[in-house]
Amino acid sequence: MEGDIAQLGQFVGAGLAAIGSGAAAIGVGHVAGNFLAGALRNPSAAAGQTATLFIGIAFAEALGIFSFLVALLLMFAV
Amino acid sequence: MGKIFFYAALALVVVSGLIFAPAEAKLAIHPMDQFQVSALFGDHISWYTPTNVTLWMALAVAAVFALLVLGSSRRAIVPGRAQSVAELAYGFIYKMVEDVAGKDGVKFFPYIMTLFMFIVMANFLGLIPGSFTTTSHIAVTAVLAALVFFTVTIVGFVKNGVGFLGLFWVSSAPLALRPILAIIELISYFVRPVSHSIRLAGNVMAGHAVLKVFAGFAAALGMFSFLPIFAITAVYALEVLVAFIQAYVFTILTCVYLKDALHPSH
Amino acid sequence: MASNTQEAAHGGGSAMPQLDFSTFGNQIFWLVVALVVIYLILSRIALPRIASVLAERQGTITNDLAAAEDLKAKAVEAENAYNKALADARAEAQRIAAETRAEIQAGLDEAIAKADEQISAKAAESEKAIAEIKAGALESVKAVATDTADALVTALGGTADADAIASAVAERTKG
Repeated sequence: MEGDIAQLGQFVGAGLAAIGSGAAAIGVGHVAGNFLAGALRNPSAAAGQTATLFIGIAFAEALGIFSFLVALLLMFAV
Repeated sequence: MGKIFFYAALALVVVSGLIFAPAEAKLAIHPMDQFQVSALFGDHISWYTPTNVTLWMALAVAAVFALLVLGSSRRAIVPGRAQSVAELAYGFIYKMVEDVAGKDGVKFFPYIMTLFMFIVMANFLGLIPGSFTTTSHIAVTAVLAALVFFTVTIVGFVKNGVGFLGLFWVSSAPLALRPILAIIELISYFVRPVSHSIRLAGNVMAGHAVLKVFAGFAAALGMFSFLPIFAITAVYALEVLVAFIQAYVFTILTCVYLKDALHPSH
Repeated sequence: MASNTQEAAHGGGSAMPQLDFSTFGNQIFWLVVALVVIYLILSRIALPRIASVLAERQGTITNDLAAAEDLKAKAVEAENAYNKALADARAEAQRIAAETRAEIQAGLDEAIAKADEQISAKAAESEKAIAEIKAGALESVKAVATDTADALVTALGGTADADAIASAVAERTKG
C-alpha cells in the first residue's frame, strides 16, 4: 500500500461525496412514495400527475447525480 | 417450455463461466474506458475528425430516419409495427408539448421532437454491448441543454419583452422578501442548464459504469462469475428503463422551461 | 487537469474521458451536425407525413362513423316500413274477414227466412189438411151415431123419429 496523503484525501472525499447519492435515493423514494399514497387515495387524479411525478423525481435525482459527479471528479480529475 | 429455456440459459451461463474463466483471475476494472473518444482512422483528433462519436451519432440519425421515415413510408390507415411506434412517439411528444407548454408551444414541436428522438436513440444504441454512448458525455448534453437554455431565454424576451423578468420578481411574496427571492430565482434559472445536462450525462454514465464494474467482478470471480452476470442482467433492465426515462425527463423539462418563457407569470 | 489524469495512477482506474477537453470540439461539431440532420429529416419529411397519416385516419374514422350512422338510420327506416306493411296487412285481413262474415251472415239470414217461410207454408197446409180430416171425422161420427141410434131405437121396438134422433145426436156430440 503506497501513495501520498493527498490521494488518501481524494479517495475518502470521493466516498463521502457518494453518500449524497444515497441521500438522493431517499429523496426519490419520498417523491415516489408520496405520489403512490396520493394516487391510491384519488386514483382518478393520478394519471394527470405522472408528468409532475417525473419532474419531481428528476429534480431530486439531479442533486444525487451532482454528488456522484463530485465523487468522480475527486477520483479521476483532481 | 419457458422454464426449460430459463434453466438451459442458466446452465449455459454457469458452464461458460467455468470454461472461459481467465486462467489468472485478477480484479481489473476500467469503468471509464468505454467512454473514450477515439478516431476511427489514425490517432489525431481535431474538430472534424470522424470518431466513434461520429459513428454512433450517425447511427442514431439512421435509427431516427428508419423509425420515423421508413417506418411511416407506407402511410397505412391501419398501421404496421414500425408505423405504430412512429405514431406513438409522435403522439407522445405532441401531447406532452401541448399539455405542458400550452397551445402556443406547439410550434416548437419539431425542435423538441428532435431533441427527444436524438436522446432516446443515442441512449438505446448506447446499451448495445461494445457501443459508444454519445449522451454519456457532458460536452454533448451541455450543448443540448445550452440550446434549450438559449432558446427559452430568447423566446422569453422576444415574446414578453422586459416582462419576462417578472419570472424572477415573485409578485405574490411580501415586498421585503422579493429581492431575496429574485436572487434565488435568478440562481436557479442559471443552474437549470447545468442540472439539465449533468442529469442526463450523469445517469447514463453512472449506469454504464456500474455495468462495467460488475463485468470486472465477473472476470475476477472465476467459476462464480455467473453471480455478477445475473446482476448485470438486472442492472441492464434498469438501464433500458433509465435510457427512456432520462430522454423523457429531458424533454419534459424542456417543455416546462418553454412554458416559463411563453407564460412567465408566476 | 488532463495531464494529471493521463497518469492513470488511481488503482487501475483510468481518467474520465468526459473531462478530456481536447475532444470537446469534435463532439460538439458532430452533435450539431446530427441535430441539424435530424431536425431537417423530422420537419421536412417525417412529421408532416405522420401528421397527415393521423389526420387521414381521423377523417376515415369520422367518415366510417357517419356511414354507420347513415346505415343505422336506414335500418330504422326499413323497420318502420316493415311494421307499417305488417299493420296494413293485418287491417286488410281483418277487413276481409269481417266482409266475408257479413256476407255469410246475409246468406244465412236469407236461407233461414226462406226456410221459415217454407216451414210455415207447409205447416199451414198441414193444419188445413188436419182441419179437413177433423171435419170429415166429425161428419162421420155424426152419421155413425145417428145410424146407431136409429138402429138401437128400432131394435128396442120403437119408432125412430129422425128429427129427434138427429137433435139428440147433435146434443151429445157437441161437447
